Amino acid sequence: EDKEEDESKEEDNGNQQNRASRRKNYQRKNRDGKKAREEGSQKKDRGKTAPTKDQKESENKGKKTTKRGKEGENKQKKDRKNSTSSASSNSSDEESLSEEELAMLKEQVEQKKKLISTMRTKPWRMVKKLSVLREAQDFVEKFEGALGKGKGKKLYAYKMMMAKKWVKFKRDFENFKTQCIPWEMKIKEVESHFGSSVASYFIFLRWMYGVNLVLFGLIFGLVIIPEVLMGMPYGSLPRKTVPRAEQATAMDFSVLWDFEGYIKYSALFYGYYNNQRTIGWLKYRLPMAYFMVGISVFGYSLMVVIRSMARNANESTADGDDDNFIFSWKMFTSWDYLIGNPETADNKFASITTSFKESIVDEQESNKDENIHLRRFLRVLANVLIICCLCGSGYLIYFVVKRSQTFSKMQNVGWYERNEVEIVMSLLGMFCPPLFETIAALENYHPRIGLKWQLGRIFALFLGNLYTFLLALMDDVNEKLAEEDVVKNITHWTLLSYHNSSAGNDSTVTPPPLDPADVPRGPCWETTVGIEFVRLTVSDILVTYITILVGDFIRACFVRFVNYCWCWDLEAGFPSYAEFDISGNVLGLVFNQGMIWMGSFYAPGLVGINVLRLLTSMYFQCWAVMSSNVPHERVFKASKSNNFYMGLLLLILFLSLLPVAYTIMSLPPSFDCGPFSGKKRMYDVIQETIELDFPLFVAKIFSYVANPGLIIPAILLMV
Amino acid sequence: MGNKQTIFTQEQLDAYQDCTFFTRKEILRLFYRYRDLAPQLVPLDYTNKPAVTLPYELIGSMPELKDNPFRQRIAEVFSEHGDGNMTLDDFLDMFSVLSEMAPRDLKAYYAFKIYDFNNDDYICKSDLEKTVNKLTRNELTPEEVSLVCEKVIYEADVDNDGKLSLTDFQHMIVRAPDFLSTFHIRI
Repeated sequence: EDKEEDESKEEDNGNQQNRASRRKNYQRKNRDGKKAREEGSQKKDRGKTAPTKDQKESENKGKKTTKRGKEGENKQKKDRKNSTSSASSNSSDEESLSEEELAMLKEQVEQKKKLISTMRTKPWRMVKKLSVLREAQDFVEKFEGALGKGKGKKLYAYKMMMAKKWVKFKRDFENFKTQCIPWEMKIKEVESHFGSSVASYFIFLRWMYGVNLVLFGLIFGLVIIPEVLMGMPYGSLPRKTVPRAEQATAMDFSVLWDFEGYIKYSALFYGYYNNQRTIGWLKYRLPMAYFMVGISVFGYSLMVVIRSMARNANESTADGDDDNFIFSWKMFTSWDYLIGNPETADNKFASITTSFKESIVDEQESNKDENIHLRRFLRVLANVLIICCLCGSGYLIYFVVKRSQTFSKMQNVGWYERNEVEIVMSLLGMFCPPLFETIAALENYHPRIGLKWQLGRIFALFLGNLYTFLLALMDDVNEKLAEEDVVKNITHWTLLSYHNSSAGNDSTVTPPPLDPADVPRGPCWETTVGIEFVRLTVSDILVTYITILVGDFIRACFVRFVNYCWCWDLEAGFPSYAEFDISGNVLGLVFNQGMIWMGSFYAPGLVGINVLRLLTSMYFQCWAVMSSNVPHERVFKASKSNNFYMGLLLLILFLSLLPVAYTIMSLPPSFDCGPFSGKKRMYDVIQETIELDFPLFVAKIFSYVANPGLIIPAILLMV
Repeated sequence: MGNKQTIFTQEQLDAYQDCTFFTRKEILRLFYRYRDLAPQLVPLDYTNKPAVTLPYELIGSMPELKDNPFRQRIAEVFSEHGDGNMTLDDFLDMFSVLSEMAPRDLKAYYAFKIYDFNNDDYICKSDLEKTVNKLTRNELTPEEVSLVCEKVIYEADVDNDGKLSLTDFQHMIVRAPDFLSTFHIRI
């Protein structure tokens, strides 16, 4: 209000209208009981003016001192100004004054709006918050109307109304979203028993479930459903039919379990899709859709992971390994407020006590000298051992994959030989991490740092295994490509000879087309790759579940029931109940997702399998945790663990993008299976679509844009 | 959305949604939780804002709080007269601050008040001693307790007055990696 007064003083040119409004301001302040000296000037002014001003004054005196009153005064003032006859100079001055006031009002309204939107973050009592909120809302409502006067009033009012509707819509949408989140109570139960770190795994699992559900929707809706509804049915084309030779065994369970037989020739795999440019009455461009969906799977995943990382990065701050506040943090952040269970609370009290005692001891012994050389030597030794393990496991996988190729050429292979690769990989994943942990005991790190090393090593193990597997698979693919040329010739000649022979018998009757089951087939390498990934995923799922069942549940049953008749206390000593291995489980989840990303281009049904897996995992693991695990004794997580796992996920996303991109860009698609058959490269489908479907000028534009001379500067600009 | 509930007016619900981090459904759920503590005391109609206060013993017996060593301090900080007896407004406020969505600074402010046992706007040595004893259920020896408290003051006291002010506390706690995840109650 002071500002207002000063500014109106500055503008005053001795104009009567201005003086009247100034007087109004003064009067208002008087009523507020603030400034007495204005009263003197007010009286002076009153002496000089005409009776109409007195009318105004008395009216104003009658008004209340609330902000509502101020607004009412403004309205009245403007009405009066409009009604009194005035020279043009008067009206221009009154416009500028009201503009000043308008600007001020606008600012205040904006301030109040900001206050309303951040009300919930204010550290006040609820009662105070509610009353300040009401006041601010009333102020905004009253003045929004006034601000709209003059120029652009209708537009302003419309904008305000839309803004209000938008706020309401956002609120309803938030309400709806929180209702949709599943498993909230389940996670809360786990949290109250095990604390926030174990629950963070389940929250991560739930997030992955959401992402996979979206991917599944994309693939299912845009690729599988159109193919099933509008594409050629089973049996009409060679690629969609089980070959004659295999038909006898196509329904056997063992064959189906290996994803051969009828499953191989279904919409779940790449090879089923026809390369017709458009299908059905909708002229749906299936090959184009297949390609774009494949790309958008990666694009969407990338976007979602980065968005999640950005959100996490806002919350987490400095280094958790900061040594400056050890005791303070122990004191103020060690109690987990989520605990709602007496047993867990007891555990927590014990662990906090131990932690304090350890820190006290560390503090007192911090001056002790350590033998640095011995420590360094031991650490180097440990790392050497672990690298040997990693190389050994890589070689083992390569060897096994090579052997499986020779097996596939043999007849009469046993169940073990068929599944050897998957079994070996899963076993390695199960036994190597504990091995790493025992070797790491040599290193004698602080537990938090030791945990990071452990995670890094397990990551390297899984990565090495996966890439070795891929390399071996690539050998397989190249072999198949060579085979293809041969088969192409055979098919061509077979068809030719069939037509000749049937035409030779009776030239008037058109020869019946060769039954699709009899046409010689190429070795569709894409489907093979898809099948390999699906089998790997399924075996991974099975091994995980069996590990949980045996490692946690059977163990818990054993410890509980056999304890009565055993020499030493099973519960306290070895083996005791299992603790929930957070990092192992999270890494498993991350790698599983990597395999899905790699395989989903060649086996569209893979994402569906993964969605089912995540769903059952949630229930199964929740049950297993509650029934067979005990809370951790020492509780610490890798600092900023949320972003750490997201970072891993991002890395895996890129690493799984590479093989797919490589195969798309450089390998020719099979000649007789899949939506890209017949093309030289898979991405030719884009060019084809642009040429044929879009109007001419679009094709021209694309050909100009695709000029390297344009693209390179654009990329450099972005960098 | 179905506006069939008769507990609150629409304005009340909107105001609660503006003043807390909860959605409409969560606010109603919280109201039922509050009411379940004492159905005979809490009316089903809050449109005329009845002045109902539940005693601390009922609040402290909630499953989310009963195992928390600081439940008494939490109830005291959020209650109107500092005695632990809470109205519905205080109840909503408490769970809003302790919810996942509350920002770090807001939580730090209230955490400071919770750990300030004698309400003198400073966390002094006696407050720290009480905190440690509550955390360890008196298992540490007095010398150990004393050592821990001295270390905490040494680490966090920036203005060197021998006790922690709100700024000292905030400066220390916003760097803690676990603060947001541990100072959190899910309801």
